[in-house]
Amino acid sequence: MANTTLTASEGQSWPARLKDASFWAEWAALVGLIALVIVFQALNPTFLSLGNIASMLVAAAILIILAVGQTYVIATAGIDLSIASVMTLGAVVFGQAYAAGLSLAPASLLALFASALAGAVNGMIIAWGKIADFIVTLGMLSAASGLALILADGKPVTIIDPLLLSLSTGGIGIFGWSFIIAVVVAVAAHVVLFRSRFGTHVLATGGAPESATAMGISTARIKIAVYLISGALAGLGAILLVARIGAAEPAANTAFLLNSVAAVVLGGVSLFGGRATIVGPCIGALLLVALVNGLTLLGVSQFYQPLAVGIVVVLAALLMRFQQ
Amino acid sequence: MTQMTDRPTPDTPTRDVLLDCRDVSLAFGNVQALVDVSITSRAGEITALVGDNGAGKSTLVRCVAGIHRPDSGQILFDGAATNFHSPEDAREAGIETVHQNLALVEDLTVWQNLFLNREIVRRLGPVALLDRRAMRDRSREMVSALAVNVPAVGSRVRRLSGGQRQAVAICRAAGFSSKLVIMDEPTAALGVQETARVEELILRLRDEGHALLVISHNFEQVMRLSHQVWVMRAGRCVGGRRTADTTGEEIVALVTGALGG
Ligand SMILES: Nc1ncnc2c1ncn2[C@@H]1O[C@H](COP(=O)(O)OP(=O)(O)O)[C@@H](O)[C@H]1O
Ligand SMILES: [Mg+2]
Repeated sequence: MANTTLTASEGQSWPARLKDASFWAEWAALVGLIALVIVFQALNPTFLSLGNIASMLVAAAILIILAVGQTYVIATAGIDLSIASVMTLGAVVFGQAYAAGLSLAPASLLALFASALAGAVNGMIIAWGKIADFIVTLGMLSAASGLALILADGKPVTIIDPLLLSLSTGGIGIFGWSFIIAVVVAVAAHVVLFRSRFGTHVLATGGAPESATAMGISTARIKIAVYLISGALAGLGAILLVARIGAAEPAANTAFLLNSVAAVVLGGVSLFGGRATIVGPCIGALLLVALVNGLTLLGVSQFYQPLAVGIVVVLAALLMRFQQ
Repeated sequence: MTQMTDRPTPDTPTRDVLLDCRDVSLAFGNVQALVDVSITSRAGEITALVGDNGAGKSTLVRCVAGIHRPDSGQILFDGAATNFHSPEDAREAGIETVHQNLALVEDLTVWQNLFLNREIVRRLGPVALLDRRAMRDRSREMVSALAVNVPAVGSRVRRLSGGQRQAVAICRAAGFSSKLVIMDEPTAALGVQETARVEELILRLRDEGHALLVISHNFEQVMRLSHQVWVMRAGRCVGGRRTADTTGEEIVALVTGALGG
């Protein structure tokens, strides 16, 4: 019998993989990142200086955390357009709590809770109300930034806290604390996605919701869970954001929304759900940060940066068509 | 294989009724898919459900599997009234189903599909991690017992042929200790050899004491394998016969409506 095929196609050989267009599509972000690094380093040798690497990693931390949350949502064939506004809401809640005299830990918990709650509300309306993901999260985008403006009365709160300062400036070697936190989040997210029942159910919910349901998986619960995760990670991002700019602002942070989706697309994750990696979007986030950083080092006007990001994302999406 | 000995003779004492659907009705909007359907299925027997496309066979089976909830009527399982809120309730009760659409997740591997929502985990304190090796090993056993063209358990279902997919879905339903195995057109996409394997498996499951409820368009197969045949037409159950007491012609007549039921 065909028992020989049992192991044959279990792991494809490397030469075969390299000829496969879908392999390149899957690793587009890594290839793109390496290409960018080579080009920028050739044009400006300070690009790969330790100081610049360290600042790029810190700059990437929040985006990595948001991209991880966005990946979970997109893996279920959803999209979280409210992720950046929910982060803003978390930041404002943090600022208000801190200004009201709470210490760092309870203020952080409140921020996490507020953001996770906003995410859970997204999930419940989507799962139980059976309304399209992008409509609900578009509504939340507006509602959360509105709530942030109301809470903050439109004004930023400056926060000077030594611990918070060390969070944004300290670290181990070239790895800032915020980057280390992002790596821990990414590793945990990877383990959960590929080594837990929940992770399998997330992929099944995105890949074939009817089949998942027929096997007894509650796709509604999975949906609520991924939006809750996305919200909670936006809350974590909020704390790092406040630490980085030293203030809680009711700002829009639109770039974070676009870049979180862009990082996921660059990372080779299917927007149709069912297929995802965590490594891919993390590399996608690093690529976007490296792109902006490199352009800045080369003295390219800031106005060109969104254009460059847009071109890269659309190119990645085109490449993604080769993915099977 | 000769099935003559497998056929119940009229004086065979009837065994315990495991599944008892009573006056099950279900409408989708203004499509009345099921109208007062009553059928039974016994442990250790193969029960066939036949009827033209659109007769309501899959819908009935999906009610039993916990996907749909009947508008009215009762489904008794193992002597007790059921109230399945989800397919998980039905699986918990001991009902495994091979759905007509197979209910596979294309982007997951064969072993992930076999163990979908039945994953084996290893506990490390508060965390439970998938025991992927155990699931792969078990999957190889499950699949190689049935499939003619054995798919690699690590390959994604997307890359499997129609027959291989059907084999995976059947292995999954057969693999977990269940009392009732429902198969909705299990051999529709299979070749001669694979069909023979599935029929062997069906007989083995029956010998192990499972009840089987099999939907099939293959009357010759139905006459050969089953002990009991229920016929559906336009949402109604129009007749039930012990296979030993009927003929293929009579069943066809019931299906087409030439015979009133
Ligand atoms: N989910 C559904 N929504 C609406 N109508 C349905 C649904 N499922 C089945 N039907 C309708 O119910 C009837 C019975 O279908 P089905 O049970 O699939 O028949 P069979 O399996 O006997 O071919 C058909 O008219 C079909 O169109
Ligand atoms: Mg059908």
